[in-house]
Amino acid sequence: MDFTIQNQKDTRSGFGEGLLEAGRRNPKVVAFCADLTGSLKMGDFAKEFPSRFFQTGIAEANMVNMAAGMALSGFVPFTGTFAAFATGRVYDQIRQSVAYSNKNVKIAASHAGVTLGEDGATHQILEDIGLMKMLPNMTVIVPCDFNQTKNATIAVAEYDGPVYLRFGRPKVPNFTQVDEKFIIGKAQMLQEGTDVTIFACGHLVWKAVQALPILKEMGINAELINIHTIKPLDVEAVLKSVGKTRCVVTAEEHQRNGGLGDSIAQVLALNMPCPMEMVAVNDVFGQSGTPDELLKAYHLDTPDIVEAVKKVVARKQ
Amino acid sequence: MTINELERIASQVRRDIIRMVHGCQSGHPGGSLGATDIVTALYFDQMQIDPAHFRMDGNGEDMFFLSNGHISPMFYSILARRGYFPVKELATFRRLGTRLQGHPTTAEGLPGVRIASGSLGQGLSVAVGAAQAKKLNGDQHIVYVLMGDGEQEEGQIWEAAMYAPAKGVDNLIAIIDYNKKQIDGPTDDVLSLGDLRAKYEAFGWYVLEVSGNDMHALVNILKLAHENTHQGRPQLILAHTEMGMGVDFMMGTHKWHGTAPNDEQAANALSQLEETLGDY
Repeated sequence: MDFTIQNQKDTRSGFGEGLLEAGRRNPKVVAFCADLTGSLKMGDFAKEFPSRFFQTGIAEANMVNMAAGMALSGFVPFTGTFAAFATGRVYDQIRQSVAYSNKNVKIAASHAGVTLGEDGATHQILEDIGLMKMLPNMTVIVPCDFNQTKNATIAVAEYDGPVYLRFGRPKVPNFTQVDEKFIIGKAQMLQEGTDVTIFACGHLVWKAVQALPILKEMGINAELINIHTIKPLDVEAVLKSVGKTRCVVTAEEHQRNGGLGDSIAQVLALNMPCPMEMVAVNDVFGQSGTPDELLKAYHLDTPDIVEAVKKVVARKQ
Repeated sequence: MTINELERIASQVRRDIIRMVHGCQSGHPGGSLGATDIVTALYFDQMQIDPAHFRMDGNGEDMFFLSNGHISPMFYSILARRGYFPVKELATFRRLGTRLQGHPTTAEGLPGVRIASGSLGQGLSVAVGAAQAKKLNGDQHIVYVLMGDGEQEEGQIWEAAMYAPAKGVDNLIAIIDYNKKQIDGPTDDVLSLGDLRAKYEAFGWYVLEVSGNDMHALVNILKLAHENTHQGRPQLILAHTEMGMGVDFMMGTHKWHGTAPNDEQAANALSQLEETLGDY
C-alpha cells in the first residue's frame, strides 16, 4: 500500500462530493438536511438538484421519518446532520421507521468523535457506532479519509438497505486511491505483517499508519487492516489475520463500549481468544480543545497505538 | 358505496376487533372501536387503492398510514375485509409467528402495511415524506394519515406540523381520532391539548371538523377534503369520536384503552354488534 499523502482534506467534503456524484448517477437519490448544509458539505447537491433537496430546519426526528416515508416510494434518501443529532437524538425514529421497517435510508453523520474540537462534549458523540450497530438491519460504515468517504457514499447509494455513514470535521491526510471501489463489508488490508494486527477505523487509521515505521524500528512487523465497515464485520478477514499474528490492537475515535474493538473482541472471544488492547475512549465524555490536543488528551494518537502494540506483543510472549 | 353498506362493514369490523382482542386476551379495543368508521370510510369509499396488487411504493394510488399503531385490530380487520389478506388470518392476531403483530410492522410482510408504528408521534412525518415523494413522481394521488389525540403530546408531531404548511405539502390529509382520552385518563387531565384546531390553523393547516362516528358526515368531509387538495396547504380533519363506540360498557371511559374483555364481556359486546359479513 502506498501511503503517500495526496492532500489534506476533511472526510465530510468527501461525503459532499460523493453525494453529488451519487445524485448524478441516480435520479432517485434525494437529500434531507437539518440546517447544517454547509457543515455537511451538501450545498453542491442542493444547488444542482434543488427539487431533490429538502431543508427540514432544526427538526431531526421529522427529518428521519420523512426520509423513511420517501424511501418506501423508491427514493434513496440521505439525511444529514451532526453524528450526535443523527443518532442519539433520533434513536427511536431510526429504530422503528428505518431499521425495523427496513427502509432504504442513509444516515449521514458528520462531526463524529472528539475531533469535532472546540464545541465540546455535547457535540462530540463517542457512542454512535454502538447505538447504530445494535440495530438489526443496520449497516455501519466509518471511512478513513476524503477519498474513501466519497467512494463509500457512492457505494452506499447503490446499496439497498439502512446505512449509518460516519465521518468527521477536521482536515486529515488523504491517502487512499481516488477512484477505489468501496466494497461494503470488505476489510481493507493496508500493510501485511506477522507480529500483531492493528484494526482501525476512521481518523485513527492514519494514526495507525504513522505507527508502522516506529514499530518497524522496534523490530515489530505489524499488520494494519482498515475496518471501514463495522457492521457487517468482515469476520473472515479478522480471523485470517489474527490466526497469523495471534495478538490484536484496535484503534477508534469512539467509546470502548460498543465500538470497533468491542465487535472484534466478540469475534475473537468466540473463535480465537488472544491478547488484545484497545485504543479508544474509556467511559468518559469529551471536552473543548483542538482536534490534535484532544486526540492526545484522550490517548487516541500514534504514540498510544505504539504503546498498545508493545503491551500486547509482550502479553503474547 | 352507500352509507348503509359502509355502516354494515363497520359493524363487522367492530365484531372482528372484539373477537381478536378477546381471542388473545390483549390489545387495544377502545380506540379501535372509536376509529372504525373513519378508516372504513377511507378504505371502502374514499381511497383509490388496489388491494389485490399491494405495492409497497404506493405509486399510482392513495396511501394510508396509521400513526397510532396500537389500534391495530381495527386496521387489520379493515385491511382483511378490503382484500389485502385472508380474513381468517385475523385469528392469528398477536400470536407467535403471526403477520398481525401487536403493533403494525413490515417485518412480517403483511400486505397493506408500509411502515412500523407503535412508538407514537412518527406517522405524520412519514406521511409528509410519502406525500413529497408523490410530488416528485408527479403522482396526483393523496396521502392520508390517522393519528391519536393523545399522540399530539409528542413534540415530533409539531415538527411535522410546522414543516408541511411551510413547504406546501398539499397532497396530505391528516386525521386526528379526537376521542379526548388516553391510557391514564382524559387528555384534559393528563396534558391538555388546548385548542387543537387553533393550534393547527396557526401552523398554517386548513382544518375541518366532523363527527367521527357519523358515516354520512365522514364520507362528505373526506370528499370535501379531497376536493381541497393541491391548493397549497395540508389539511387536518378533527374527527370527534367516542372511544369504545358501538359497545355500551366500553363508551364514556378510558378504561378500555388497552384491556381485553373476558368471555362474558365479549359475549355482551358481540350481542350489540350485528354480524353482517360473517365472522372470521
